Amino acid sequence: MVYLDHAATTPMLAQAVEAMTAELGQVGNASSLHSSGRRARRIVEESRETIAAALGTRPSEVVFTSGGTEADNLAIKGLYWSRHRADSRRRRVLISAIEHHAVLDPAAWLGESAGAEVTLLDVDQHGRLDPETLRAAIGDDPGGIALISVMWANNEVGTVQPIPELAEIAAGYGIPLHTDAVQAVGKLPISLSGGVDALTVSGHKLGGPLGVGALLLARGVADPVPVLHGGGQERDVRSGTLDTPAIAGFAAAVRFAVEHREATAARLTALRDDLVARVRQAVPDVILNGHPGDRLPGNAHFSFPGCEGDALLMLLDAKGVECSTGSACSAGVAQPSHVLLAMGADAVRARGSLRFSLGHTSTAADVDELVRVIPGVVERARRAGVG
Amino acid sequence: MTLRVLAAMSGGVDSAVAAARIAEAGHDVTGVHLALSKNPQSYRTGARGCCTVEDSRDARRAADVIGIPFYIWDMAERFHHDVVEDFVSEYAAGRTPNPCLRCNEKIKFEAVLDRALALGFDAVATGHYARVTADGTLSRAVDPVKDQSYVLGVLTREQLGRAMFPLGDTPKAAVREEAARRGLFVADKPDSHDVCFIADGDTRGFLRERLGPAAGPIVDSTGEVIGSHDGAYAYTVGQRKGLGVGRTPDGRPRYVLSIEPVSNTVTVGSREMLEVTEITAERPIWSGLRVPPATPITCGVQLRAHGEAYGCRVVLDGGRIRIALDRSASGVAAGQAAVFYDGDVVLGSATISAAT
Repeated sequence: MVYLDHAATTPMLAQAVEAMTAELGQVGNASSLHSSGRRARRIVEESRETIAAALGTRPSEVVFTSGGTEADNLAIKGLYWSRHRADSRRRRVLISAIEHHAVLDPAAWLGESAGAEVTLLDVDQHGRLDPETLRAAIGDDPGGIALISVMWANNEVGTVQPIPELAEIAAGYGIPLHTDAVQAVGKLPISLSGGVDALTVSGHKLGGPLGVGALLLARGVADPVPVLHGGGQERDVRSGTLDTPAIAGFAAAVRFAVEHREATAARLTALRDDLVARVRQAVPDVILNGHPGDRLPGNAHFSFPGCEGDALLMLLDAKGVECSTGSACSAGVAQPSHVLLAMGADAVRARGSLRFSLGHTSTAADVDELVRVIPGVVERARRAGVG
Repeated sequence: MTLRVLAAMSGGVDSAVAAARIAEAGHDVTGVHLALSKNPQSYRTGARGCCTVEDSRDARRAADVIGIPFYIWDMAERFHHDVVEDFVSEYAAGRTPNPCLRCNEKIKFEAVLDRALALGFDAVATGHYARVTADGTLSRAVDPVKDQSYVLGVLTREQLGRAMFPLGDTPKAAVREEAARRGLFVADKPDSHDVCFIADGDTRGFLRERLGPAAGPIVDSTGEVIGSHDGAYAYTVGQRKGLGVGRTPDGRPRYVLSIEPVSNTVTVGSREMLEVTEITAERPIWSGLRVPPATPITCGVQLRAHGEAYGCRVVLDGGRIRIALDRSASGVAAGQAAVFYDGDVVLGSATISAAT
C-alpha cells in the first residue's frame, strides 16, 4: 500500500504510541484530589508544559480540546461571543476564503444565528492572502471587528499564509487573530507570538493520537465564551474530563515533530519536489495547484485536465495508491473545492484535482510506485471524461 | 473468469446481497452508490430504498461488511435531466411514464455503465429481480411477485451483455434471510416503492408545482362536457376516483379514457370503454431476438409494472408496432412500456402510444 494521504491523518509516532499506551492502563481523573488524580494531573501538566515549550508559549496558554475542529469552533464562536459581549459594535468576522470547514462553518453559523457579518478575504491564484487585502477589509472600522482568522497553511493546496505580516496588522488595531495551524505544526516554524492570539493544533495530523488537540490562547486575549459547559476544566474555557492517555501521546508527538521539524521538512520537500517533477514528466499537461515554492513540505496538489478527481482516486485506490480529492468529505457527493474556486479555478478544473500528501513514513519507493501507475490511471480517467 | 464488476448499491437489502454474492463468486467488485439529487434531503427521506444520505451510509456500511471498496457517484444532473424532467414532460404530453424504467435505461445501464466501462469495469450488477440467460437474453425472476424484468425490458442486448442480476434465481424472503446471515444490517429495511424523487408521494402536487394550473374540460365519451379540471397531468388512464364530475347523465361511474394535451381535454367514459384490444407502440427494442421479427409473431405482452401478461399477436408496421391482444385489457396508458415475452424470456419492448 502506498499511503499518500498524510494530510488526512498520519501514522502515530512510536514515541506517541509509547506515551499513550503507558497511560491507558492507569486510573485517575486529572481533576480528582487523591493520589490517582494527582498522578494523572501530573501527566497532563507535564504534557501541557511540553507542548507550550515546543510551540513558544506558556503552559497556561494551552487549552486541550477533542481536536482541531473543536479548537476552531472554540476560537471562532468563543472569541466572537466574548468580544461582542464586551462591545456590541463588534460584529464583523474576517476569515480567508480558503479556510477549512471547521472555521468556515462556525463563522457562517454566527452569521445566520448571532448577527455576525462574515467577510471572506480573497486570495490570489496561488491561494495566498495578501496582507493588503486584510488591511483593506479592516478599512476604517477596526472597532467593528470581533476577530480575524487565517489558517497558517492550507490543507488542500498547501499554500503557506503570511501569518507574521497578517498578525502584525491585526495587532496594530488590537484585533485578535486566530490561525488554524493544524497542517503546519511540525512542518513549519510555528509559535504563538508576534500578534497571533489563538492557534489551533491537532494531535493526529502530526503523529499523535486521534481525538485530541489544543487551542493555544495568548495571555491578554479575553477568554472565549465556552462552547462546552460543564465541570470547569481547562480554566473554565473547555469543560470535560481530560483524556490523559491521548494528551500524553499528543505531547510526545508534538515534542518529536517539532524537534525533528527541520530534518523532516527537508526530507519531505526533496521527496515532494521529486514527485512533482516526475508526475509532470508522466502527465505533461498536469497543473500544480498552490504556491510554487511557499507550500507545505509534503504537499503536492494537481489538476488533471480532462479527468474527474473521483475517477482518478478510485483507479489509484484499485492500484494500491491512496490519496485524496481534497479534504475528506463525509457527505460523499463531491463538490468542487471552495479553495480551488477561490483561487480562480473553474469547476471542471477544481473537480479534476488530487492531493498527494507525504509524511514521516513516506519513502522514495512510494513516489516510484505513484509515478509508475499514474500514466495508465490518467489515460483511463480521460476515457471516462468529465461528467 | 474474474470480472471487474461495479455493484450499484442503493442502500437497500437487495443490492447489498447482490454485491455480496458477486464478491463471493470471486469477482473484483467495487460498490457505487448513485447520488441522484444535489440536495440529498430534497428527495425521499427515511429508509425508503434510495436517494437519501441515510441510504448512502447504509450502502457504505454494507460495502464495508462485504469488504469491497465503495464510492459515491454524482448522477444528479443526469438523473434530473433524463428521469425527473422526462417524467414531468411526459405527463405534460398526456402520457404516463415509468420513471424506474427510464432510470434503468438512461442512468444505471447508460450513464453509469458507460462510465464504468471507460474506467475498466467489465459489468454493472444491480439488485433487480431478473435473470440474464446464458445466451444473453433477459428473463423473468423465479420469484413472480418480485419479478422486475418489466422495468428492465427497455435494455438492449448490448446493455444486457454487461448486466449482472445475481438475485434473479432467489425469492425475496430468502434474500432477506441471506442478508441477515451475512451480517448485512439492512436485512430488515423496508422495500422501496413509489417514485423516489417525489418526497411525500404526492405525484399530483409534484406535477402541479412544476407545470402550474391549466384548467380544461372533462368531456364524456359522447362529447358532452361534464366537468372541469385544473391540470390534465393530474389524471391517468383508468382513473375513477377524484374526477369530480358529480352525477353523470346515465348515473354510472366514469373512468379516464384518454388525455389530449393540445386541447387540454380529459375524456372519460364507462368502464367497458376502458377495455382495449388494439395497441399501437413505438420505438421497439428487440433484446431477445437477433433481428427484428420480419413476420407477425405470437407472444405474451405485459402492459404495466406488476401487471398480468396477455397473449397477443405483434405486427411490425414500419417503425411502429401494432399489438392485437387475445382478450381485452383495461387502463392501458400511453407512455407505459409494452414488454414482450416468450414464456419467461423477454423478446423486447416498445412504448405504448395509443390503445383502442
